[in-house]
Amino acid sequence: MATLLAIGTAKGLFLATSTDDRRSWEITGPHFPMTGVYAVAVDTRRPTPRLLAGMTSSHFGPSVATSDDLGASWDEPDQAPVAFPADTGVSLGRVWQLMPAGPDEPDVIWAGTEPSALFKSTDGGRSFELVRSLWDHPHRPQWEAGFGGQAVHTVLPHPRDPARLLVAMSTGGVYRSEDAGATWAPGNTGIRAYFMPDEWPEFGQCVHKVARDAGNPERLYAQNHHGVYRSDDDGRTWSSIADGLPSDFGFPMVAHPGRGGMVWTFPLVADSERFPTDHRCRVFRSDDAGGKWEPLSVGLPEGPFYPAVLRDAMCADDSTPGGVYFGTRSGSVFASRDEGDSWSSVAAHLPDVLCVRAATV
Amino acid sequence: MVTVLLPGPLRGEAGGASRLSVAAIGTLRAVLDEMAVAHPRLARRIRDERGELRRYVNVFVDGEDCRHSGGLATPVSDGAEVQVLPSVAGG
Repeated sequence: MATLLAIGTAKGLFLATSTDDRRSWEITGPHFPMTGVYAVAVDTRRPTPRLLAGMTSSHFGPSVATSDDLGASWDEPDQAPVAFPADTGVSLGRVWQLMPAGPDEPDVIWAGTEPSALFKSTDGGRSFELVRSLWDHPHRPQWEAGFGGQAVHTVLPHPRDPARLLVAMSTGGVYRSEDAGATWAPGNTGIRAYFMPDEWPEFGQCVHKVARDAGNPERLYAQNHHGVYRSDDDGRTWSSIADGLPSDFGFPMVAHPGRGGMVWTFPLVADSERFPTDHRCRVFRSDDAGGKWEPLSVGLPEGPFYPAVLRDAMCADDSTPGGVYFGTRSGSVFASRDEGDSWSSVAAHLPDVLCVRAATV
Repeated sequence: MVTVLLPGPLRGEAGGASRLSVAAIGTLRAVLDEMAVAHPRLARRIRDERGELRRYVNVFVDGEDCRHSGGLATPVSDGAEVQVLPSVAGG
């Protein structure tokens, strides 16, 4: 068995493989050079793992490609895999998220896009169809663009109930469906939007990332544009878990895939000062669902550290003990094979890291 | 018949060819539509799903930037040369 770490960067996809239990890595790439790879997925539900990459050329537009040989070769359909229907009058900016559905739907892949929309594939990511119910939501005209663009950046299927699905967008916030995407309701109660006249709106929040707890699928964690929250009712209501963190600003939020209550994040000072807190390279971990947090920095760079970690540039693998990974806007990638207790370098001097995903293959 | 000249980054979508002969005339839209039949991936690198030229792709018809000569409605006559070039953009 090997561990595959897919690293999407601003100028292509790099694939790191470890065959010695994540001690050392061999890296290939860039695949899709000179494209921004904002979304990548490793779909391990299939007999042969499938890699999916969402890449965008600044000249030649966005697309999605798949690989069934761990990146040795890639296949891109003739027809655009993700495209808006003609009647919408818009075109795809980029794919921000590729998310395999639960185990009961092995051919379903969800895609979150810019502009904010959700697409569904029922053929393993070869072709996608717009989820009209979310596109036609009456709130959509009021969803605004953040600095990174207006996008659905998070899609969270429910691990036990295919009818339940959660998306998060910036801005707009969290939306939930309990009928397989037929209808959607905002789920932002308790999340503050300090940048709006009404700081507690029904929707319009700038949620940066949402993660689902491994032990309790009703439990979710959210890193907001200022604010770190937990929901214990599948995203209906939220309460702050920011106490104990040096800042409530940041982008990623990663939950341990096999151990309930454990989450990681990478705080930045503030919206107006997007540097790591204390200008130090530190991951913060909670093992009690956000009740308390501890800094993790063993093996990470010492001294002043300024690069940020973007919303999808942190992930966990499915090994035991759990592996954690993050990449920086300065092109460094770090890995921990002990749930964050210690870290080592996987790669350095890559282009800006946009996303990482890891799995045993 | 129209000749379409392709830049290096797009030749892989045309079997490595640097130029294609397209049996359509009339407008640039008609030429690109015809090209899309045989080369759909090449076509969507040049135009988005609305059929609009991508922002950082320039198309010249007999040396004239189509954006200054009618866009996709630019007339294309038999024997014309259509050149696709990426604009100077990117980081």
